[in-house]
Amino acid sequence: MDLLANLQLGFATALSLENLFYGFIGVLLGTMVGVLPGIGPTATIAMLLPITFNFPAVTALIMLAGIYYGAQYGGSTTAVLLNLPGESSSAVTAIDGHQMARKGRAGPALATAALGSFVAGTVGTLILALFAPPLARIALQFGPPEYFSLVVLGLIFSIALARGSAIKALAMIALGILFGTVGQDTYTATPRFTFDTRELYSGINFVSVAVGMFGIAEILRNLEDEKTRTVMVKAVGRLLLSREDLRRIVGPVLRGTALGSALGVLPGGGHILASFASYSFEKRMSKHPEEFGNGAIEGVAAPESANNAAAQTSFIPLLTLGLPAHPVMALMAGAIIIQGITPGPNVIVDQPALFWGLVVSMWIGNVMLVLLNLPLIGIWVKLLTIPYRILFPAIIAFASIGGLAINLNPYDVFAVAFFGVLGYFLVKLGAEPAPFLLGFVLGPLLEQHLRRAMIIAQGDPTIFVTRPISLTLLVLAAIALAVAVLPSIRRKREVVFQAEED
Amino acid sequence: MTHDQPLPTLPGTIVAIRRHRRLRFLPIAIAAALVVSACTQSGGGATGGASGGGAGDYPNRAITIVVPFAAGGPTDTVTRLIAEPMGKGLGQQIVVQNVAGAGGTLAAGQVATAAADGYTVLMHHIGMSTAPSLYKDLAYKPLEDFATIGLVTEVPMTIIGAKDFEPTTLEELVAFVKEHGEDVTYANAGIGAASHLCGLLLQNAMDAKVTEVPYDGTGPAMTDLIGGQVDFMCDQTTNTTEQIKAGEVKAYAVTTPERNKALPDVPTAKEAGLEGLDVTVWHGLYVPTGTPEGVIQRLSDELKKALKDPTVVEKFGALGTVPVAEDQATPAAHREKLQSQIELWKPIIEEAGVSAG
Repeated sequence: MDLLANLQLGFATALSLENLFYGFIGVLLGTMVGVLPGIGPTATIAMLLPITFNFPAVTALIMLAGIYYGAQYGGSTTAVLLNLPGESSSAVTAIDGHQMARKGRAGPALATAALGSFVAGTVGTLILALFAPPLARIALQFGPPEYFSLVVLGLIFSIALARGSAIKALAMIALGILFGTVGQDTYTATPRFTFDTRELYSGINFVSVAVGMFGIAEILRNLEDEKTRTVMVKAVGRLLLSREDLRRIVGPVLRGTALGSALGVLPGGGHILASFASYSFEKRMSKHPEEFGNGAIEGVAAPESANNAAAQTSFIPLLTLGLPAHPVMALMAGAIIIQGITPGPNVIVDQPALFWGLVVSMWIGNVMLVLLNLPLIGIWVKLLTIPYRILFPAIIAFASIGGLAINLNPYDVFAVAFFGVLGYFLVKLGAEPAPFLLGFVLGPLLEQHLRRAMIIAQGDPTIFVTRPISLTLLVLAAIALAVAVLPSIRRKREVVFQAEED
Repeated sequence: MTHDQPLPTLPGTIVAIRRHRRLRFLPIAIAAALVVSACTQSGGGATGGASGGGAGDYPNRAITIVVPFAAGGPTDTVTRLIAEPMGKGLGQQIVVQNVAGAGGTLAAGQVATAAADGYTVLMHHIGMSTAPSLYKDLAYKPLEDFATIGLVTEVPMTIIGAKDFEPTTLEELVAFVKEHGEDVTYANAGIGAASHLCGLLLQNAMDAKVTEVPYDGTGPAMTDLIGGQVDFMCDQTTNTTEQIKAGEVKAYAVTTPERNKALPDVPTAKEAGLEGLDVTVWHGLYVPTGTPEGVIQRLSDELKKALKDPTVVEKFGALGTVPVAEDQATPAAHREKLQSQIELWKPIIEEAGVSAG
């Protein structure tokens, strides 16, 4: 068996003392930077890149990859505990994760995140080992029209993200899309909504938006009234999962993993959709959709698994074709190039130890992460017992440093403050931050792929329905829309039914 | 639960921590330290080190090289590669700082107004010469506000096509483009990117217009080229060499006067019958105008030495490029290049009617 020989090579490479050590350093650093909002894996990898110049290629890659997927683990911690998501993926986790924490279930929420991530990481790695090259070929079938249709499907599906009014959710998505347009337009380089400020040419940073809308707004809301201060939780219940919890998360973890693995392969932004899509999917599947947004454990399990699975499979385009799917992958490509290996289609054949060593190290890294994170839960949860007069300023300081660390651009810190205030007023108006964030993340993708597809088709809109994958996705979107709209038509009847049951 | 739990360390809460007995949050402390070190600019730094002839005691603290693009990209990689030997030669640490945004003009604008003391250095590429034509209200003038230190490298470019795209040679490509015009799609990495500039020059040389499809960077553009969503593009060897070798894309020509060592079978544009297509992504180091001559000379000397460093030569090779010849790593040669490139691109960009705001 080729695969067995390859895996043997992989284990031999990944289990060398040096690679184990740097792999551990990588996941440890990743967990830490993931915990800090704003100090994402991109900044960390960029900082550590020069250190890896003197490492063997595979060791460098193992460590940098460890930082990346370690950060996916760590990112959920502050999202759950403090409502401070540091990545687009953990923004979704914050919705239900933080509600769980408020109810004294921070422990189970973090345990769910860790276990879900582990299962997803394992499956994702297995997929990477077994099917990387054919999957990469399928991913190449996705051009601008297909990505456009995929984002449409994702947006329609995600109206489910809202807890309350669908109209408000739509308004929030629209507002998010508008904020997403700030910056220089890719196609004409025209600055949009930049007010002649070059600092805004690169657009508004996601971390600033997420940290402001979730974290800062939450603090402002808490400061309103002594009695409703809920960031700290009086009683921290059991730390680990009950049997009932486990039963409830099995399905979401598996479905999240499947969805995340599939979307992660797509280099044009699939990984961004993963956590949003899996959350919405679970909410649709659930018999108790009303629990979502109020601390449903499924709402933590699904996006965390999806996000970690996507983190693993997003290596596929890079390792099989040399195509980086997002900035972190581009950095990783840079790290290999420095080593004298240019990522390309030949890497698997020419550098089998590099490919298989990395694949196996990812699985080992996932084991390390679980062993590292489960015992840490008890410590993290104690964070919640810090008195608010210390905790609140600390969170704001964290958020500001995080904002500044992204690009050393002071406007990113201003943005944290701006979105904190905006988020506060929106919450007061009963509008939620999650759909806003979704629009902010997906809006630019939608526009980019739409315009690119139209340029390629020279203005012929039938390109979206004449390409089979695109058509299929649009049909699915239409069905999803119908399913979403029908219940509101039938709502009266349902209300009657509920009344009868009561 | 007691209230004397330790805190995550942050500069703002250090005082609070001192009151607590135990510090259990060591991991966060380390990560926070990482952040702080990232935020530290040239200000602090080590003291001591060698002093340069004619440059007073320069340098006596850390030097910052500002890179106008994101970490991990080709320009960032080139900078980090030369920063190490240059730092050793100067006896000081060199901090590489990425200030990405607005096509590199944000970083250039910052360095233009920085203190002219040799502690803030800018690495920039061909974009330095095109910005005055692309941006209407540029806050700085490349020739007036900057002193040149020396060229670093000139990365060659290659014209490549999708695997299934009909033309197989540059000659056929030209004929095909002339016949099909705007039905042919050309991918680039956004207005002002090297791939965009090469495309402008290419259309000029072919005397034909194609449909340009901009992407956010070369990565996604290459993805769609390999997937056959677009027809052809022109990009740095750094990004194209492996894909050409693997047969994922086909190469029509290199854009330099000589063939490329890594791609001996690919003809030059001139060999393939297309005149006037000489374009490279040239990189150079700058300091603000007013920097003392001695300091500029010191930096230029260290640059020359760094470009001969065997590791630099080897790693540049991996990037598909070579360090410039010694006589090019000088302030005069660099200035001449900048001036001639500004003059070359001005009419081309104006004629194409592109502007980056």
